[in-house]
Amino acid sequence: MNRTYYGKLIFELSKHGRVGYSLPQCEIKGYQLEDLGATYLRQTEPLLPECDELTVVRHYTNMSNNNFGVDTGFYPLGSCTMKYNPKLNEELCQLPGFNLHPMTPAQYAQGSLKLYDEVQKTLAEIAGLSRFTLNPYAGAHGELTGLMVIRSYHISRGDTQRTKIIVPDSAHGTNPASAAVCGLQIVEVKSLADGTVDVEALKPLLGPDIAGMMMTNPNTLGLFETKIPEIAKLVHECGGLMYYDGANLNPMLGVCRPGDMGFDVMHINLHKTFSTPHGGGGPGSGPVGVRKGLEQFLPNPQVVKGEGCYELHCDDESLGYISFFLGNFGIIIRAYAYLLSLGKENIPLAGKLSVLNANYIKESLRSHYNLPIDTICKHEFVFDGLREEYGGDHHAAEHVTTLDVAKRLLDYGFHAPTIYFPLLFHEAMMIEPTETESKETLDDFIAVMKQIAEEAKADPQLLKTSPHDTPVRRMDDVKAVKEPHFTYK
Amino acid sequence: MAKVIEGLYYAESHEYVRVEGEFGYIGITDYAQDQLGNVVYVDMPEVDDEVSAGEEFGAVESVKAASDLFSPVSGTVVEVNEALEDEPELINKDAFANWIIKVELADKSELENLMDAKAYEEICK
Amino acid sequence: MYKYFPHTADDIQQMLDIIGVRSLDDLYAEIPEEIKLHRELNLPSEKSEEEVRSIIQGLAAQNKPLICFAGAGSYDHYTPSVVPFIASRSEFSTSYTPYQAEISQGTLQYIFEYQTLMADLTGMDISNASMYDGTTATAEAMMMCIAAAKKRNRVLISQTMQPAVLAVVRTYAKFHGVDLVEVSEKDGVMDKDAARELIEQDDVAGLIVAQPNRYGLIEDFTGLADLCHEHKALLAVNTMASALAVLKSPGEWGADIACGDAQSLGIPMGYGGPYIGYLCTKEALVRKMPGRLVGATTDADGRRTFVLTMQAREQHIRREKATSNICTAQGFMCLYVACYLSLMGPKGMREVNEQSYASAHYLHDELLKTGKFEKVYDTAFLNEFTLHVKGNARKLREALAEKGYLLGVPTLFKSDCLTIASTERRTKQEIDNMIDLIKTTAL
Repeated sequence: MNRTYYGKLIFELSKHGRVGYSLPQCEIKGYQLEDLGATYLRQTEPLLPECDELTVVRHYTNMSNNNFGVDTGFYPLGSCTMKYNPKLNEELCQLPGFNLHPMTPAQYAQGSLKLYDEVQKTLAEIAGLSRFTLNPYAGAHGELTGLMVIRSYHISRGDTQRTKIIVPDSAHGTNPASAAVCGLQIVEVKSLADGTVDVEALKPLLGPDIAGMMMTNPNTLGLFETKIPEIAKLVHECGGLMYYDGANLNPMLGVCRPGDMGFDVMHINLHKTFSTPHGGGGPGSGPVGVRKGLEQFLPNPQVVKGEGCYELHCDDESLGYISFFLGNFGIIIRAYAYLLSLGKENIPLAGKLSVLNANYIKESLRSHYNLPIDTICKHEFVFDGLREEYGGDHHAAEHVTTLDVAKRLLDYGFHAPTIYFPLLFHEAMMIEPTETESKETLDDFIAVMKQIAEEAKADPQLLKTSPHDTPVRRMDDVKAVKEPHFTYK
Repeated sequence: MAKVIEGLYYAESHEYVRVEGEFGYIGITDYAQDQLGNVVYVDMPEVDDEVSAGEEFGAVESVKAASDLFSPVSGTVVEVNEALEDEPELINKDAFANWIIKVELADKSELENLMDAKAYEEICK
Repeated sequence: MYKYFPHTADDIQQMLDIIGVRSLDDLYAEIPEEIKLHRELNLPSEKSEEEVRSIIQGLAAQNKPLICFAGAGSYDHYTPSVVPFIASRSEFSTSYTPYQAEISQGTLQYIFEYQTLMADLTGMDISNASMYDGTTATAEAMMMCIAAAKKRNRVLISQTMQPAVLAVVRTYAKFHGVDLVEVSEKDGVMDKDAARELIEQDDVAGLIVAQPNRYGLIEDFTGLADLCHEHKALLAVNTMASALAVLKSPGEWGADIACGDAQSLGIPMGYGGPYIGYLCTKEALVRKMPGRLVGATTDADGRRTFVLTMQAREQHIRREKATSNICTAQGFMCLYVACYLSLMGPKGMREVNEQSYASAHYLHDELLKTGKFEKVYDTAFLNEFTLHVKGNARKLREALAEKGYLLGVPTLFKSDCLTIASTERRTKQEIDNMIDLIKTTAL
């Protein structure tokens, strides 16, 4: 590790008088910013760092060494679909021809508009729906947009009392949060012991106040909701619409489409299913698709094919604008490169291999970890902590927790699975390997997970105090909240 | 084993009421603080706010969880425990000594809907 | 076999044997047959790398980037070469939200630096780890006002806000059930008397104002914060981020919330995204703030480390009671901004603004000199301004586009007006060439 830079903040590397940029001499004379006067001008100089170029490069390059990404190693983070991000996509999104001002007249942006339309058509075919908007910026933003479509549909029919949305208790936290932002009340429906929606519990909830139901299928346990045709029928009969949370679309590619399952509105996470980089938390992209008859409610602007050229279209019935322009266009370019590369042959294969990988890990580790639901899973599955014989009994006062296992995994050079979600289990550990991981990587992971189980039995303290070999050790989370430092002072 | 104190009234959502004359001191039980872990913040109502039985009046936050507070009784808030603003961890030290709000009780008969120590001990098992 | 899938036929067979099924299709046996897709997807066949490159290059070639004199929320600034170079390091870009802090210190640290930089620029105590863009950040600011006020449901927004921001805030307000009231404009800036009348009704949770505004004008917010605070309302200021380095900051105006888009800090225009929204506030409002937040703490060995904190506000814990549904922190764009500001420093940010100011004012004066434009407002501006075209503005804009220039954007609700911007990237030569063209263009 580079001792000079390691651990320092950019502000601590600053020295008055250094610069890291070069601008041409201004050829225009006679205009002075100071003329704006004290009323408008900033009175205190901002405390920005002063650094030369190499200092900045070394600083961030050293920081990158403290980071773990898909390019570094296996990242089995459940529900996040951490698949490989192809490099061709990164190259193509940076083509100078795509760097347009958003208010460029449509006739000078035909290439971008065509690309947008091609992606929306491709997604519509994959989803079994009529039309997509690519304007939403992320999965949660897509959920919100989709719910706005549902509300707009009801309101357009004068059906204004539909203000409640049904969400399974196993749903991602974003579902109820998005519904709340959209002004909908949440009605929770219980899961059965196997984690799927309890249809009998659903029936009494349905009525004239229900706007619709949000579902993730496969659900957050990685299980396909086989009762989905019946559920969709019940919700439709009561006048509601079905919303598909596309977080778990990956295993369904080319096998079973949300539109054919009975869903009316959905979002897709391009950063999950279609391989665009997660970027440390963003930018993502959350296109929203609708079945025929709902297209007019999609957000403005829409890209439509006019006579011989593509145009921007605003619809009077649209829910309105939800983004600056056409969404995260740079992300959409990457997704298009991926879709073109894979084609009709490999898109379904991606889904199937993701399911193969998940089931392979599940079967290989059930000897050491609790498998609460024993069935073929889809792209991910959930263990409920270590088995009792390996110190995982959570009724015992001193047991080895899922957090301990997760932290120990970091020592072995793996990212941890999603932990303590879904909330249905005490020691949930949600594993999603994705299709881009080789059998060798999975075998290595399986061996390490077994090794950790043995360590838990022999020396629980080794896990409790892990990680040991990472750039930094376990953090004081309580201190972070109680003595808050959100900025460098 | 979580502590339960005789003479208090308990709600299923793990709040207690200690009644003194016309007033009730509302807090969370020892069991609740134990489940939450290190309390880092208590979101409290303001004096003169109305609370009603079964309705939410605030929240308790730990690092990785947050739990809404439901009032076991109806009434008007006459005092909030300001010590918790600086030292929310007092709840972990002694949940029963460190009440959250003091309420002027609107309807003492509501107390009949709550559990006694023995009944509450049962549901914590 | 496919380049992104490492499975050999042998691998697949061995894995199927361990699982105890016979084929990949058997892994889907539980799905009702009637909802399965029993056909190929109606899509093109797989393509080689060269074919994909050729198709997408072909699309890029169908675009015609114009020399940009437009703004309206997206500005053509210089980006130092280091910025995209660093941002594309895949240790950063292929990581997820930094849940496992021990192996995510890179992401956490640059977000912490970003938070510090934005809090400093806006004159606020804290910044969150970023939002999608400036339009949605402003909508979040509106919802934050409502959450902080508890019992008030009315938010005021200046009509002089950028049209795109106003449109998105309207959508969020409509669905979230916020009583959004637009404060009218007077002489191109918010009518402060109209705002005062509304605020004095004591039912306003917050007021959101724009700087510079939709016409490019710089507004004077003197007295506004005191007025808001007297009546228990919050003041939020939406500012174009680059301008924060020289214009009076939201903090200096006494604002409680600063929000906007940070695209102007070196992020390419990219046909509208990805950009990054910033949201900053006072420490007292931290629990009302949406989005991720990184804090400094120590690890088991006592080292300074960074970690996601205050998570009890967020959707994965609070579900429908969360401050927002947002999960995103635009990490990749935070890095872009942190890297850009580290290179530019105080001197560079000043110079960018000085040059943009000079360029825009020169263009403004030269346009007037052609005799084909006239002033609409007399108020000061930074790098964007609005002029009236003595003739058909749309036709002029089209004629110039044919010659390779993007002259502003049509000013909404003002017929034959254009709102025009310039930056340090526009050379005197480019301006002079365009002016020559305008002189010879019939209106």
